[in-house]
Amino acid sequence: MADTETTQPGDGTGDAIQNDPRVPPELDRNVFITTLDAVYNWGRKRSMWPMLFGLACCAIEMICTAAARFDLARFGWELMRPSPRQADLMIVSGTVTKKMVPQIVRLYNQMPEPRYVVSMGACATGGGPFKEGYNVVSGIDKFIPVDIYIPGCPPRPESLLHGFIKLQEMIDRQSVRTVPWYRPGGSDVIPVPLLGPDIIDVRRASEIAERNKVMAESPALAEGNAQGQA
Amino acid sequence: MADVTTTPPLTPAARPARPERAEKKPVISMATLTPEMVAMQQHFGEPVIQPAPFEGVLITDTSKVPDVALFVRDELHLEMMTNVTCVDYIKEGYLEVVYHAQHITGGAPLCFKARVPRDERAVLPSITPYYPGAEFQEREIYDLYGVRFTNHPDLRRILLWEGFAGHPMRKDWHEAYYEQENKPYDSRWPAGHHKLAEERVPWGDNVQYPPGFDPTAYHGNPDEGLYNTMMSEAPTGGAADIPFSETGIRTDELIVNMGPQHPSTHGVLRMVVKLDGETITDLKLVLGYLHRNHEQIAERNTWLHNIPFTDRLDYLCGMANEMGYVIGVERLMKLQPTERAEYLRVIMAELTRIQSHFWSIGFLLNDLGAFYTPALYFITEREFILDVFDQVTGSRMMNNYMRFGGVARDILPEQLARIRLLVNERLPRAIDELERLLSDNEILRARTIGVGYMSAERNIAYSVTGPLLRASGVHYDIRRADPYSIYNRFNFDIPVLYGGDVFDRYRIRILEMRQSLRILEQALAQIDQTKPGDIQAGRKAYIHRAPAGEVYSRVETPKGELGFFLVSDGGQNAYRYHVRSSSFINLGAVKEMTVGQKVADAVIILGSLDIVLGEVDR
Amino acid sequence: MNLPGTGILKGLGVTLKHFIVTYTEDFKYIGKKAGVEPRPLRRSNPSNHGIVTVQYPDEHLPVPENFRYIPFLVRDSATGEDRCTSCGICAKVCPPQCIWIVRTEDPVTHRPVPAPKEFYIDTTVCMNCGFCAEFCPFDAIKMDHKYEITSEHNRSQELLFDKDRLTMPDTYHASIHPLDWARELQEKAAEEAKKKAAAEAKAAADARKAAASAASKPASATAGGAKPAPPAAGGAKSPAGQQSAPNVPSKPPAQPPPAAKPPAQQAPPPATSPQDPPKPSAGS
Repeated sequence: MADTETTQPGDGTGDAIQNDPRVPPELDRNVFITTLDAVYNWGRKRSMWPMLFGLACCAIEMICTAAARFDLARFGWELMRPSPRQADLMIVSGTVTKKMVPQIVRLYNQMPEPRYVVSMGACATGGGPFKEGYNVVSGIDKFIPVDIYIPGCPPRPESLLHGFIKLQEMIDRQSVRTVPWYRPGGSDVIPVPLLGPDIIDVRRASEIAERNKVMAESPALAEGNAQGQA
Repeated sequence: MADVTTTPPLTPAARPARPERAEKKPVISMATLTPEMVAMQQHFGEPVIQPAPFEGVLITDTSKVPDVALFVRDELHLEMMTNVTCVDYIKEGYLEVVYHAQHITGGAPLCFKARVPRDERAVLPSITPYYPGAEFQEREIYDLYGVRFTNHPDLRRILLWEGFAGHPMRKDWHEAYYEQENKPYDSRWPAGHHKLAEERVPWGDNVQYPPGFDPTAYHGNPDEGLYNTMMSEAPTGGAADIPFSETGIRTDELIVNMGPQHPSTHGVLRMVVKLDGETITDLKLVLGYLHRNHEQIAERNTWLHNIPFTDRLDYLCGMANEMGYVIGVERLMKLQPTERAEYLRVIMAELTRIQSHFWSIGFLLNDLGAFYTPALYFITEREFILDVFDQVTGSRMMNNYMRFGGVARDILPEQLARIRLLVNERLPRAIDELERLLSDNEILRARTIGVGYMSAERNIAYSVTGPLLRASGVHYDIRRADPYSIYNRFNFDIPVLYGGDVFDRYRIRILEMRQSLRILEQALAQIDQTKPGDIQAGRKAYIHRAPAGEVYSRVETPKGELGFFLVSDGGQNAYRYHVRSSSFINLGAVKEMTVGQKVADAVIILGSLDIVLGEVDR
Repeated sequence: MNLPGTGILKGLGVTLKHFIVTYTEDFKYIGKKAGVEPRPLRRSNPSNHGIVTVQYPDEHLPVPENFRYIPFLVRDSATGEDRCTSCGICAKVCPPQCIWIVRTEDPVTHRPVPAPKEFYIDTTVCMNCGFCAEFCPFDAIKMDHKYEITSEHNRSQELLFDKDRLTMPDTYHASIHPLDWARELQEKAAEEAKKKAAAEAKAAADARKAAASAASKPASATAGGAKPAPPAAGGAKSPAGQQSAPNVPSKPPAQPPPAAKPPAQQAPPPATSPQDPPKPSAGS
C-alpha cells in the first residue's frame, strides 16, 4: 500500500553504499566500499536525540509527533532528552518571548556539537501571529542559527516529520572534512542576551549605545525610537 | 494614607469615544442596582458607593476599597474574588480597577470599581489580605498598568521582568512594531507593498530603549528582587553559622530553580523553591516566559480577529476558549445563536473537555514517573478526537470554529456518525481502560493520596476554580452556577469529591469525562431535530460593531472558570479585553499546597493543577 | 480493599492487552478484507484498537477537505485569469495582518482595476485561521492542504509567498475541495439560470412592448438588460461567462468536474497535484 514517494530519506547514503567498480565481481555481495562521510552521516542522522523542550502550542504537536500515531522513533530519533548535554537537536516549538530567550541561548550553548536547530511553527520562525507583541522575539534566528524552518500555526505532526526528513537530507550533504566542529577552536559561543529596559543583544550593545546617544541628543530622531516612559 | 484618598474627577459620561467618531456620543447607561449593591450603599453611604456606567458600583473613596472587600466577603458572603483587572480610560485620565466577586453557590458576579489617576498617584490599597486570590491579579495590574497596591505582600512584576521600561497595557504605551491603533492596518491594502515590520523600526528588531540608554553600562538583574524576598535572613558566612536541625545535622537552606526549561513544569514555568533537605520551605513562581501579549494584541484586533487568537490561549482546549469569547461578544451585541449552532458548540466544547482531560491525566502520570506509557495511550485516544476536529473545523488544535451568532461551518452526517462512534463506543471504553490501568495502582495511590491537600475554604479564598475546587468538595461549575448556552437542557451531574488532594483531582477528571459523555449523548440525540445548515444567526459579516458597554462572560473550560471581561466603546474592536484565566489564578494556590511537602511532590502538585502556559501568561 | 499489588497487576494487564492487540488486530484484515481499506485510513478509524502508527513518508493520512494550511489564490483555467479582484477583504479580516495586496491601476486613467498587481502572504506570520478564504466573496482565495513546506536557512525569501507562488489553477482547488467546488458550480448554475430567466423575462417584456410599438431592438435589450453578475458568481468577469449558454451552466469553466463526489477524504494531497508545477516545498 505504500505509495512511491521520491523523497526517501535514505536516498543519499544509498547511493554511496552501492557497489564500487574497484570491487571484484566475486566479492560483490560481501565487500562494500563507502566513504567515511556516508557512514558518518548515516549513523548521525538516524540517531538524533531531540531536546525535550517545548515553548507553546507547537510543543503539543511535537509531543503528538513523538506519540504513537506519528512515532518519531521510527526515524531513530529515539528519545527526547530533557538535558541539553545529551541532545543533538533543539526543536524551538512555539513563541519565543524576550523573557525566555536568554534561557534558550544558554541551552543552545550547552548542547554539544554537532547541534541542529529546527524552528517549528510560525512564531519561532518569524514571530507568527504574535509578532507585534512587545514581549515577542521576531524569530529565534535573531539569536541562534536555525537549520530548518517549518511554517504553520501549528504545523501538523507530518509537517514536523517532513522537516526532520529535510534535516536528514541536510546532514547527508555535510562532510567530515568541512564541518566546523572538528576545527580547532570549535564554533563560537553565543552571548546570552540581557534583560534591561528591553531585550539587549549583547553583540549589538555598543551599536545600541552609540545610536541611543545620538538619539538622545536629537529628539527628532528619537521620535522614531518610540517612548520609554517610566 | 492621605495620598490614596485622592479621587479622580467623576465624569458621568465615562466612556472614551474614539477620535474618528468623536462626534457620535455613545449612549451611557448607568448600572441598575442589585440588592447587594443597595446593601453596600446603605452600609458605606451614598457618596462612597455610586452606580457605575454599565455594570456594578463605583467606590469613590479609594481608601475604602479594603473595607468594601471585607464587607462584600463577610456580610454579603461573596466568598470568591473571581476577577480583578484594570481599564485605562486615557481620555478621562484615570485607570479603573474592576473587581468581580461571586457567591460560590452560583449567580451572576457582583462588580465594583475604583478609579485612580494615571500619574504617580496611581496607588490603591490591596485587597489581597482578604482575598488571597487577588494577589497575582494585582501583581499583573501593577505590571501592565502601573497601579501600585499598598499593603500587598509581594508587589513585583509578574509577567514581564523587573527593569522593563513602562507599563505596556496603558493606552499611550506603544510597542516597537506599533503601526496603528486598530486593525485593519492601512498599509496592507490597496498599496500593500510588502514590508517586514523589522524594516520599519530603527533597531531593525522588536526592541526599543529609553533615550540615552547605554547597554554597556547596564547591570540590572531581573532576579535580584526575587532572591531577596526569599533570602530573608543574611546568607551564612561559613559552616559555623549553619544551624543544627532537629536531627542534629548541620543543614543549610538551598534555593533551587525548576524551570523554565524543565520536563515537568508543563511548559515554560519557573518555580523557585527553597529547600531544607528535601522539604520545601518556600516557593515562588516566576511567570511570563510565554507572555505573548494576547491582551494588547486583542485590543488592536477587531472583534472577529480575536477568535483565532483565543484558540492559542489554552491551546489544549481551543474551542472552549472560543465559546467563552463569542458568548461574551454576543452578549454585548445582543445576538442569539441558532439552535443548531448551540448544539454544535456544546458538542465541540465537551469533546474538547474530554481530550484535554486525557492529556492532563497522561501527563500527570508522566510527572509521577510513569514515563510516557499512560500519556501515550491517551494521546492516541486524543488523536481520534482531534481527527474529528480536523474534519469539522479544519485544524487539529487551532480550530477557529465559532462565530458571533453561530459556527463557521455545518457538520456533515458522516462526521456526526464518527462522533457518535467515538462517544458511544470508543471513549467510554478508553475511560474504563484508564481506570483499570491507573485508579487501583498502589504506587499511584501512595504517591498521590494526601499530597497537595487544600481545603475547600482555602481553595475558595485563592479563587481556585475547576476540577481543583470540585475535588475539595465544592459543588461549583459554571455550567450549573451561571448557566450559559444550552447547558440547562441537559441532564448531567457535577461530580464532587472531598479529598482535596492530587488523587482526587485525578479522579474528578475521570468523572467529568463521563459526565461530558452524558452531555454528548444527549446533544447528539437532540441535534437531529435542528435544521441542517442553520448555523449562523443573521448575515455572516466580517465587520462587527458592538454597542458601547461592558460584559464579563465566563464559561467552564476543562481548567476552570475562563472569563472574558470586554469593554466596548461602540467600535469595531475591544476597548478592553481581559482574560480571566483559571490556570493563572489557580497557580496562586501552589505555594500553600507545596510548602511542607517534598520536592518530588511539588512536581505532581503542579501536574495536578493542569496548567497550560499559554493561558497562564497569555 | 484489594490485596496489595492487584492494582498494579490490573494495570499491567492493560498494557499486556495493548501489546497483544497490536498484533491480533491485523488478523482481521487477512483474507477478504485485505487491501479494501488503505492502511492509514484503517489505522485512523475509531473502531481500530490495534496499532495506530502511520508510516508517514510512505503513507499519508488523508487530509480532510476543511483542513487549512497556507492560503492560495485560485486562477480560472478556462480563462487564465485570477479570480482575485483585489477587493482587500482578505487583508482586512486577516487577524495577524499578513496579507499584503497592491491593487492594479489603469496606467491611463489611474482608476483601480479589479486585479491584484502584487499579492504577498507572509507565512512566518500567517496563523492558518482561514478567515481570508471564508470571507472572500469571489472564492478567489482558498486554504491549501499542502503541509510539507520547509525552508533551509533563508526564511525571509522562501517563506514570503508572492503572487506567483500563491496562484494555483482551479483544477487543483477542485481536486482538494470537492464539496466546496460542487457548491461553487451549483451557485454558478443558479446564477446563470437567474440571469437567463431575467434576460428572458426582459426579452418577453421587450417583445410585448415591441409588438405594441412595432419598433423593437431585442438584441441590445437582452445584452444590456442582463443584470450584472453579483460578486458571488466567481469568474463572471470572463467574457465567456456573459453568453448565456442554454441550460449547461458549467460550460464556460470547463474543468474536470468533481463528478459523483469523489471520496472527500481520500487523495493524499502531496501526491495528487500533477497539474501544478510550482510550489514544491521550498527546501527540495
